[in-house]
Amino acid sequence: MSQSVTSRRGTLGESTLRPDGAAKVRGEFAFSSDMWHDGMLWGATLRSPHAHARIVRIDTSPALLVPGVSAVVTKDDVPGQLTYGLISEDQPVFADGVVRYMGEPVAAVAADHPETCRRALAAIVVEYEVLPTVHDPEECVAGRAPSIHPEGNIFRTQRIIHGDPTVTGDVTVEGEYEVGMQDQAFLGTEAALAVPDHDGGGVEVYVATQWLHEDRKQMAQCLALPTDRVRLTLGGVGGAFGAREDISLQVHTALLALRTGRPVKMQYGREESFFGHVHRHPARVWMRHHATRDGRIVNIEARFVFDGGAYASTSEAVLINGITHAQGPYKCPNASVTGWAVRTNNPPCGAMRGFGVVQACFAHESQMERLAAALGMSPVDVRLVNAMETGDRIITGQVMDSVAPVAECIRLTDAIPMPPPLGTDPHELSLPGGSGLTAEARHIVRGVGWGVSIKNIMYSEGFDDFATARCRMENGVVTLKFATSEVGQGFVTLAPQIARSVLGVDEVLLDTIDTGVGSAGSTSASRQTWMSGGAVLGACEKVRDAFLAAVATRHGLRPADLSVRDDEVVDSSGAFRMPVRQAAEGLSFDETFEHHHRATEPLDENGQGNCHVAFAFVAHRAVVDVDVDLGLVKVVQVATAQDVGKALNPLSVTGQIEGGIAQGLGLAVMEEIVVTEGRVRNPSFTDYLLPTILDSPVVDMRLVEVPEPLSPLGAKGVGEPPCISVTPAIANAIRAATGRVINRVPVRPQDICL
Amino acid sequence: MTVASPATLGDAVDILGDGNDWHVLAGGTDLMVEVNFNHRHPRNVLSLARVAELREWRETPTSWEIGAGVTWARLESGPLAAALPALAEAARTVGSPQIRAAGTIGGNLGTCSPAGDGLPVLSALGASVVLRSAAGSRSVPFAEFMTGPKRSVRLPSELVTGVSIPKTEGWQGYSKVGVRNAMVISIASACLVIDRGSVRVALGSVGPTIIRATEAEAWLNGINAVPARAVNASVAREFGERVAQEARPIDDHRSTAAYRRHAVSVIASRLLEKGTRE
Amino acid sequence: MNNETYTLSVNGTDMPVHDAWVGESLLYVLRERLGLPGAKGACEQGECGSCTVILDGEAVCSCLVMAAAAVGRSVATVEGLNPDGSLTDVQQAFVDEGAVQCGFCTPGLVVAVHHLLDSTPVPDAMQVKEALSGNICRCTGYGRIIAAVDRVVEVRKGSRA
Repeated sequence: MSQSVTSRRGTLGESTLRPDGAAKVRGEFAFSSDMWHDGMLWGATLRSPHAHARIVRIDTSPALLVPGVSAVVTKDDVPGQLTYGLISEDQPVFADGVVRYMGEPVAAVAADHPETCRRALAAIVVEYEVLPTVHDPEECVAGRAPSIHPEGNIFRTQRIIHGDPTVTGDVTVEGEYEVGMQDQAFLGTEAALAVPDHDGGGVEVYVATQWLHEDRKQMAQCLALPTDRVRLTLGGVGGAFGAREDISLQVHTALLALRTGRPVKMQYGREESFFGHVHRHPARVWMRHHATRDGRIVNIEARFVFDGGAYASTSEAVLINGITHAQGPYKCPNASVTGWAVRTNNPPCGAMRGFGVVQACFAHESQMERLAAALGMSPVDVRLVNAMETGDRIITGQVMDSVAPVAECIRLTDAIPMPPPLGTDPHELSLPGGSGLTAEARHIVRGVGWGVSIKNIMYSEGFDDFATARCRMENGVVTLKFATSEVGQGFVTLAPQIARSVLGVDEVLLDTIDTGVGSAGSTSASRQTWMSGGAVLGACEKVRDAFLAAVATRHGLRPADLSVRDDEVVDSSGAFRMPVRQAAEGLSFDETFEHHHRATEPLDENGQGNCHVAFAFVAHRAVVDVDVDLGLVKVVQVATAQDVGKALNPLSVTGQIEGGIAQGLGLAVMEEIVVTEGRVRNPSFTDYLLPTILDSPVVDMRLVEVPEPLSPLGAKGVGEPPCISVTPAIANAIRAATGRVINRVPVRPQDICL
Repeated sequence: MTVASPATLGDAVDILGDGNDWHVLAGGTDLMVEVNFNHRHPRNVLSLARVAELREWRETPTSWEIGAGVTWARLESGPLAAALPALAEAARTVGSPQIRAAGTIGGNLGTCSPAGDGLPVLSALGASVVLRSAAGSRSVPFAEFMTGPKRSVRLPSELVTGVSIPKTEGWQGYSKVGVRNAMVISIASACLVIDRGSVRVALGSVGPTIIRATEAEAWLNGINAVPARAVNASVAREFGERVAQEARPIDDHRSTAAYRRHAVSVIASRLLEKGTRE
Repeated sequence: MNNETYTLSVNGTDMPVHDAWVGESLLYVLRERLGLPGAKGACEQGECGSCTVILDGEAVCSCLVMAAAAVGRSVATVEGLNPDGSLTDVQQAFVDEGAVQCGFCTPGLVVAVHHLLDSTPVPDAMQVKEALSGNICRCTGYGRIIAAVDRVVEVRKGSRA
């Protein structure tokens, strides 16, 4: 095999392999649930069985009598602030007189065995006075629901008024859409090990999280400890997808360790995990699009209601993401949008991959399908006519100055070959219904649908979510340190690639990921390649500059003439060449760099302002087979072209895209937490269904690589876009196959056939 | 909690009858879920792992005698699958390959869930359940065995030791509706058996027990003396509708009563078409 | 809790389990008592495959095996695949093809793939998918996992030819 350009192994642009891969395939990689300590106790949490109740009485004394129990704690034992939260600190560490959702923590125990913990929890007496629940978000919007929290039932409301919202078009389409509550369903449930300091004045915590420093800040407040006495180390993370952005068992575990003076491990089972983290917001979205006869959108009206559940989490930010993405990846000169995020007695909702944009996208892409039908245009043409470009002004008034290859994503996707037809004798497992043998080929109708999306990357509205990295080079061996959570996305692969490219070295070591260096911000919002990547790049460049200066001094050259090319230091005159390894002998450097993205600003009262940093785009085309009579769906193929800026590790990008598509497929046809009057009905993997390998489609992808000038490495985050527009693409394909009105996801069998 | 692992069936039923409230453990795929989820706290567990005779099966001139300890994996392929294709099709839908390697047909009967994948097949095939206690054995027709969701006529002192499946002459098939292509609990299921020209159909997950749609059977067998002959589409549709009328489904978090009723109509109709075509 | 002491045969070695609560699953005993954390717990009900081990030659979910009832049976875990510390061809293919992201499902999948290829050396695409349909992966969407299995099958075919 010959290649015109060869690059050094393990540098940027290469499909470098994961450094933790060998440990993971051997089962030796230490996930947070694998942590173990001599003399360790187990912790467990008592949770409310009610969605809304007053706590009349708690008696923990019977639990303390269970042999093997070391401690029982309630809100009375929380030494510091009684509540925590990412934006508003409104979530109780333990319920304080009232429980507002089913599964809210009430007490915790530490004991010698998980079974002892279960018995102790069963022995705690809690007397509840059950209260009526507020479970319909529209009741909160209308102001009819009784207030269930001192801060009221509205987390935030925001409008966007842009251009002339009275403009009408030749054609109008409208619809009301609903998105169900999706769970991140990472496989590695919440787990932490807390080890108290000998003096009892601090604690060391090993935990699976997305953001070590934010956890530490919230923990220190609740534990009334100085921040530097709460030291966090990343335990191996078994997936995240947003669910580890809020803290869950962190304070409980540390509190039990401090109380008992012994190491304490907590680990949620699957059922508890469903109660222990926030979910994707269920939402209702109404939209009306006005367009000209030739298909150009002239005005969008929209109304969003996000059900935030009992506590704030990131509801405010999810709302802003939703409403500011109402236009989708399309030009839109005029708009009026209103949105609410409200408090109910449903499970708390917060971050999940796509963060508010998933809900917006399902609505605008359903609308685009309606618009195409109303105009007699093809789904591709109606999107191309409106495709956003760099330089357009979006509905917040912000100028789109990211690379915006929307039309190219659509055209490339459109050019991907369709899958072969089903044929008359398909394999039974490839039909809708699969091993259930419910259908034959003649019962199946095929449909094709489109979805295109825009997603902001990094945090918004004035938040400075900077990232820090430290680079040391000694004798040509580089060690990187950062607090960037590795949740599976592959930053541990990318960071050494950056160092190798900048410094021309081969050997790059990764220091422990912990709070012993500045914050990296959260592994969310598709931001770490850009932010922590920028920080590693900056730190490595500082080391490189110092290194070249030292080489210049040592060899009597001018620093400005030196550079690192491949694995050599070279002089611009060509007179000097030396392998980096050799040039670096006896030299050591240590530099730290903070990467900050450009400043953003909050929205004004009309929703105007430069609130987002940058954007990425993607197109999806789904081909589905539908058993129309039974309402069962098999997604056959997903074709996609994604705007990635630059693929720094094509293999990792491929994995992110395929994985995101599977999650979007889940939301389209099977994944939903079913909640009835605040009660979660299906907290298990028997009843909350995730796509299996037999449900996953063939994914045919193209990468659109136009380096992003705003990005330190030219790359855009690739984590979120794949899961956003694939959901409406599948729903639109089901519409195309069946002619049914599909206004909600997940699409249930009865939505198709009854 | 204690565990007993007898090596023989005789020892097993002696232990079961000693009055110590034993909970029977076969493949573990039901009991251990309840233990793990803290839903059940068995005091004494009787493991059947070492009872080899429960894992045997044999053919008689008139029946298939299958030990309770035969796993779904063994029913899914091999000689039993060739003899009892509907049971093999049902076996293939049980959980995951890992579950099928551990879970047993006896476990399905011991748990007796309306969603038990093998049960509609046993019902439609007219199988009998063999029960044994220290006092002796008895054989109970499946139609009399299951009395409600997770309820049966099995006494606490009795062990399900196997099933006796009479041989049939004709087509048999199974169909199960779930919203995932594998590893899914049934929303509705049906088994259709054509035996010497007469059709029997049994439904799962659409009532408190497995339901034999006897009125639909009688209608079909009445109008169409030899249903093995091709059935036209309108007969199949009406058969499905009549089957659905006998279902007694409920709304729950997995589906709705209306969908379940509709779904059994569709799959019963399709099974009939398939069975009379082949 | 009334506890028991018994011995399990794991990866060919007899391993005593001391003073264990009888309700413990094989998964728990392997991980917490025998120092073999390779099998992972993600659902406790046989719906994810992360805890897959080989019991008497069959791939099963260790979360649903009562450890105290596994006495006298032979247990093989991911740790037993490569006692010398090298990677098996399946493990290497998982790394090379990008089939590993968070890695939580990976040990269970590796065990399941070995089990499949032991009984079916050249599976077709649907046999691969059906055999792995009990192993949930939340990160990869399965595309790279299929690529890894395909690679192993191709290489093994080549080495036999």
